[in-house]
Amino acid sequence: MESLYDLATYTGSVYPNDTVIAWSVMIVIYPYITGLVAGAFTVSSLYHVFGMERFKPVAQFALLTALCFMLFVPVPLLLHLGQPQRAMNAVLTPHWTSAMAAFGYFAGFYVILLVLEIWFVFRPHFVRQAQRTTGPVGMLWRALSLGSDDLSEKAMRYDHKWMFALAVTGIPGAHGLHGYVGFIFGSLKSREWWSSDLMPVVFLFSAVISGVALLIVLYVLSCRLRKVPIDLACLKGLAYVLWGFMMFTLVLEGLEFSNIVYKGREGIETIMEYVTGPLVVPFFIVQLGIGAVTPIAVISYLIWRGTTGKALIVGVTVSAALVLLSVLMMRWNVVIGGQEISKTGQGLVNYHMHLWGREGLLASIAVIAAPFAVLAVLVRLLPPWADNATPSLQAGRL
Amino acid sequence: MKETNPALAARRKFLSKLGRAVTYAGAVVGAGALSTAQNTAAKSEPSAGGASFPTKDYDWTKHRWGYGVDATKCIGCLRCVEACKRENDVPGTAHHFRTWVERYVYLEGETKPRIDSQHDPVNIEASGSEKEYRFANRYKDAKVDKAFFVPKLCNHCTHPACVQCCPTGATYKTKDGVVLIDHKYCIGCAYCVQACPYGARYFNHEKQVSDKCTWCYHRITKGLQPACVEICPVGARIFGDLEDNKSPISQFVRNNRVRVLKPESGNAPNVFYVGLDKDVI
Repeated sequence: MESLYDLATYTGSVYPNDTVIAWSVMIVIYPYITGLVAGAFTVSSLYHVFGMERFKPVAQFALLTALCFMLFVPVPLLLHLGQPQRAMNAVLTPHWTSAMAAFGYFAGFYVILLVLEIWFVFRPHFVRQAQRTTGPVGMLWRALSLGSDDLSEKAMRYDHKWMFALAVTGIPGAHGLHGYVGFIFGSLKSREWWSSDLMPVVFLFSAVISGVALLIVLYVLSCRLRKVPIDLACLKGLAYVLWGFMMFTLVLEGLEFSNIVYKGREGIETIMEYVTGPLVVPFFIVQLGIGAVTPIAVISYLIWRGTTGKALIVGVTVSAALVLLSVLMMRWNVVIGGQEISKTGQGLVNYHMHLWGREGLLASIAVIAAPFAVLAVLVRLLPPWADNATPSLQAGRL
Repeated sequence: MKETNPALAARRKFLSKLGRAVTYAGAVVGAGALSTAQNTAAKSEPSAGGASFPTKDYDWTKHRWGYGVDATKCIGCLRCVEACKRENDVPGTAHHFRTWVERYVYLEGETKPRIDSQHDPVNIEASGSEKEYRFANRYKDAKVDKAFFVPKLCNHCTHPACVQCCPTGATYKTKDGVVLIDHKYCIGCAYCVQACPYGARYFNHEKQVSDKCTWCYHRITKGLQPACVEICPVGARIFGDLEDNKSPISQFVRNNRVRVLKPESGNAPNVFYVGLDKDVI
């Protein structure tokens, strides 16, 4: 039988209690999902706040994607907690000195904001459905429209004002939420691998690229499934955004790593042993080589050659899928990597992921898959596609 | 222009009310944040309240407990580890310890010490079980330049990183200077396990909460010594009240040049050591 907890083999000298990995793969999934939310929201803001028309085809879809993933953010945490039934203790009696104490409030605030914005964006849809349908289904739509059926130009202008305010608030909201997740790691002085002022920023930028990449993959996939042509201007725009933010992410990660190496504080020999040993495949090959350098090279080539048509679609989609893998590996290398370097600074431990159990491989696959399943249902209830799109809020204000 | 649509007017009213509520809430949160910001710094965790704890005839404002380790005396018999495990119901595995002992051995011709502890597989093989604790005689054929033992335990820091990061306040510092965990309130997030620079905390997989040394709080509040101090055959572990000038710990700190582990962490530990070497981690 598998052990109930994550025992770790080790080399060198480690504290006895360091031989259990306290934060498992679930704590890898948690910032990954939160990051996808922040990234998806960024894309929606590019249209809704900054009025970039080319992102119209994915703007509403991005909001729904953000919501679906946000709903599942607490799941990996609950699966990880030893006493999940007491999770509300952190919200009811928050211990404010803890970097973790405000998380429930931040997350709750952001969910409410997302739901409100989605309600405004889809209000015309609720009203139309309420007018079109009868019986219990009609009642449901009427309930969702909150009793208001006014779709006059004036009412819509009023809605837009609210949507704009919510979208603007959502930018610091989504990004703050994710920067905060980075702070949970970066503020821990006990581990050299985590203890970095750059950690929240690195988390944030990698979050943005993961969300953009997710939208690229989902958008292409949804067009295929709906058998509608892909808006190439939109896709190319997303590729530009991905490329730009990836540059920032790579520079920041490079700076962070250089800082650790250059400062060369106590335990650096062990960190270098880790970097040049167990980290070669997950970091240098998968995260950096396959997941970052390859997509940057491919997208650069596509932009340089002015590629269009199917080649552009395939190139950008494959690159985006690689970026999704890269960011997942980044979370892994930070969360698991930090724990694989013992606090003694003189030894390395080795995490073995379980297959079964609430913190195993299968559970983590289920947690990542669940938002996709909910999204598949939600887009049927609230079609977010361009033929239904709200005008850009910038345009609405002018 | 005059409002004509009642639904729109009602909605507008509702939204403006909502907007106002959010503004007020924001102001309240902002004001609250200002006052709490002063408390979030690592150096200012408030102690738990109340005058007498855990029993009526014990006044925790009258004591300030401290712990000393004389590494020059430790013989590595590991009775302390066994006593602690029994006294405190610590899981009987090689991965859960409230206290442990590290062995540092400098072999001839080597500049770095070889460090092991009772959880090392070679030592477990020598003892025959994870529940028996012994240092294997693994260096008997080598030429040893220098060797010593270092007992370790929770440092009950003055500015504990574990208390700072606990999201619920389940772990807290008592007025007599002990860091405790309320097992009935801990949510089991293990953030504190990550935050402790000393590896003193572990996740108790039987109880599904974080756990660590309490200096045997159930004993010291009754005038007894912690189990590890009581059992140590050579007096390498010293415990007492720093408020009492004549207590063993006060004398230990006064009569020796003591140091603490990882002072650069800013945690200000309260386990004072004599006889450490530069390579002690």
